[in-house]
Amino acid sequence: MKIILPYFITFPLLAAFLIALLSRKSKIAGELISNLFTFGLLISSWDLVKRVYLYKIIVYKIGGWLPPAGISLVADGFSVFMLLIVNLIAFLVMVYSIRYMQRYTDKWKFYSLFMLMLTGMNGIILSGDLFTIYVFLELASIAGYALVAFGIEPQDLEASFKYAIMGSLASIFILLGIGLLYSYTSTLNLADISWVLAEKPQGFLIGFVSVLFLAGFGLKAALVPFHAWLPDAHSCAPSPVSATLSGVFIKTLGIYALSRIFFNVLGVSGKVLFVFMILGILSMVIGALLAIAQNDIKRMFAYSSISQVGYIIFAFGLGTPLAILGGLFHLFNHAIFKPLLFLNAGSIEYSTGNRRLDKLGGLNSKLPFTGAMSLLGSMSISGIPPFGGFWSKLIIIIAAIQSGYIGMAAVAGLTSILTLAYYLKFQTFAFLGKIDEGCKEAKEVPLSMKFSMLILTAVCVFAGLMLLPEFRSFLQSAADVLVSGTAYKEAVFGMIQ
Amino acid sequence: MTLIVKTITRLTVGLILIYGIYIVLRGHISPGGGFAGGVIIALSFIHLILAFGKEEVTRKIDESRGVFFASLGALIFLLVANAGFKGLRLAEHKGHFKVFAAGLIPLYDIVISVLVGAGLYVIFLALALLLEKREEK
Amino acid sequence: MSLYFLCFTLFCVGLYCVLRKRNIIKIIIGLAIIEYAVNLFLVLIGYRTHGRAPIFAEDQVISNMVDPLPQAMVLTTIVIGLAVIAVAVSLAIRIYEKYGTFDITKIRRLKG
Repeated sequence: MKIILPYFITFPLLAAFLIALLSRKSKIAGELISNLFTFGLLISSWDLVKRVYLYKIIVYKIGGWLPPAGISLVADGFSVFMLLIVNLIAFLVMVYSIRYMQRYTDKWKFYSLFMLMLTGMNGIILSGDLFTIYVFLELASIAGYALVAFGIEPQDLEASFKYAIMGSLASIFILLGIGLLYSYTSTLNLADISWVLAEKPQGFLIGFVSVLFLAGFGLKAALVPFHAWLPDAHSCAPSPVSATLSGVFIKTLGIYALSRIFFNVLGVSGKVLFVFMILGILSMVIGALLAIAQNDIKRMFAYSSISQVGYIIFAFGLGTPLAILGGLFHLFNHAIFKPLLFLNAGSIEYSTGNRRLDKLGGLNSKLPFTGAMSLLGSMSISGIPPFGGFWSKLIIIIAAIQSGYIGMAAVAGLTSILTLAYYLKFQTFAFLGKIDEGCKEAKEVPLSMKFSMLILTAVCVFAGLMLLPEFRSFLQSAADVLVSGTAYKEAVFGMIQ
Repeated sequence: MTLIVKTITRLTVGLILIYGIYIVLRGHISPGGGFAGGVIIALSFIHLILAFGKEEVTRKIDESRGVFFASLGALIFLLVANAGFKGLRLAEHKGHFKVFAAGLIPLYDIVISVLVGAGLYVIFLALALLLEKREEK
Repeated sequence: MSLYFLCFTLFCVGLYCVLRKRNIIKIIIGLAIIEYAVNLFLVLIGYRTHGRAPIFAEDQVISNMVDPLPQAMVLTTIVIGLAVIAVAVSLAIRIYEKYGTFDITKIRRLKG
């Protein structure tokens, strides 16, 4: 039964409009529908992972029209890897926000916009056409601009406006790149573009299009010259939204689309990989240095996101199969522990009412569960063995030394020490020490919030087991798709008939 | 607004609505289609707001009815779109240059025009908030 | 060839407006100008010499049509541009309510 692929896009869209329609009648329609639908999507994506493991690649032609005349949806190893991560985080964040969003008015708008953002992300992951990627990218981005402005303080609006203007400029650069690429190859299907580019000589135009795509998708992924929107937007959004944005959104829109277009369609050369490495190193170092100086918890986590995304892009820039495996494993790890940390910050905010480090202290006696979870999460992201973050950073550093970039490997190791520094600062100022006067009445968080944090911590602690040979095929099939490069077109065309 | 504007509005709003529906129904033969027709239908309601003021019009059609129609239009669009998945032979075209050819496409046009019309009306109501605040001062 | 140059000039005018103006509404208008310039560029890509509009007519035999695919892309892009401008203008109105000004040099409460 091969008709499962379009339902990943149709069902969240259906959920968004059902919530908008039914919320006038009942008060709990938003929570009920969104939790049911995200749980169903999680089960379907797990089923799709097993199916792609058998068939290696699934192509669905919409309406029966053959590509390149029609639109197609493609699910291969890399796509289902991202799909599982996105749907898992979406389900856990929905469970968390049952109690967290009680303090906001107009909750149904939040659930509806969140479902629209999930539609956009699923659409980008599954699409096989260049223009379809752009349409779903815009859908997810516009839902993101509206979700960041959801609070009541004036800072939220300023952050959202900054994000809106910079994000739409990036999308316009991407559209310009799509137009130029269409004028050169006269087709929009990803496999077909790489077919045509293999035969025509690639001149100045492909270089210009690469720069446009790098600028556009780089802004969505918050690489360093284009990172200025991220600290404001991720710190002023409500915590479930920050968790989704920082955990899966910048990875789907930025890193997934960037690697799909550069590795599989345009073909990587030495110059492009070198640019990736430079951007990765800059993001790592600047993100970590700016994170140490922060006083607000969520702003510190946002700069930490910039730093860890720099690790992933640096690993992709090295280009060897081991490096790409390390980069994908670090993507998985970061998508698990960054939402965990943001949900912890949300719990601290829910219990005590503020999130500045100089007004918090000694929360380990009042919030023991949150303290334990955040301790495990911080140890994992700083790279302390045997948690997950240690293994992925180790693979990246070993791959860098194997390729001969000893200096850059040393910088990566030093950045890991800086990461440990600011997470220790967070733990010390927030959880250890004496209790500050402002948080005497803090109580532990409700059960639904504990459930999400518990599951995320469990995955985070046992993530190192993914490198064992039984479970490694999950990561390896994703890495194989990227390493094989432009053999993507043969795989897709082999499945079309 | 003055009496001249109100009288001319009363005369022309119905004509604008009918013109919008005409563009929607001929979407597969001539330029236009669902989105352009939806914008013109929304323009007729916005014209009423500009001439008669916001309170008069929102007494009849307030914001929640607009959201209701927009969501209903999107849901019907999703249900109709699923008809093309399983190979039901409804979406084929049966000849050129006729109004009832082209399978399901006129149905898509009508549903999109309801969605876009209601959506743009709600957006205009949201943007007219500033005028209301300034009048209160 | 000069048409593409004029299109690029329109893009640069919009970019100047986004970068250098201090009023929020002028920045949004600059964003709209950039979007129109890119839509115009997409339609210009599909032009064929001595081509006609890609619509069948009942009584004529048409041999040379312009490319209809960029026109379909532009329809979608115009709708997306409308949605972005609607969100941006709503944000601008709420910023005016909270801060009392449209000047971006005075809307700077987020630092660091």
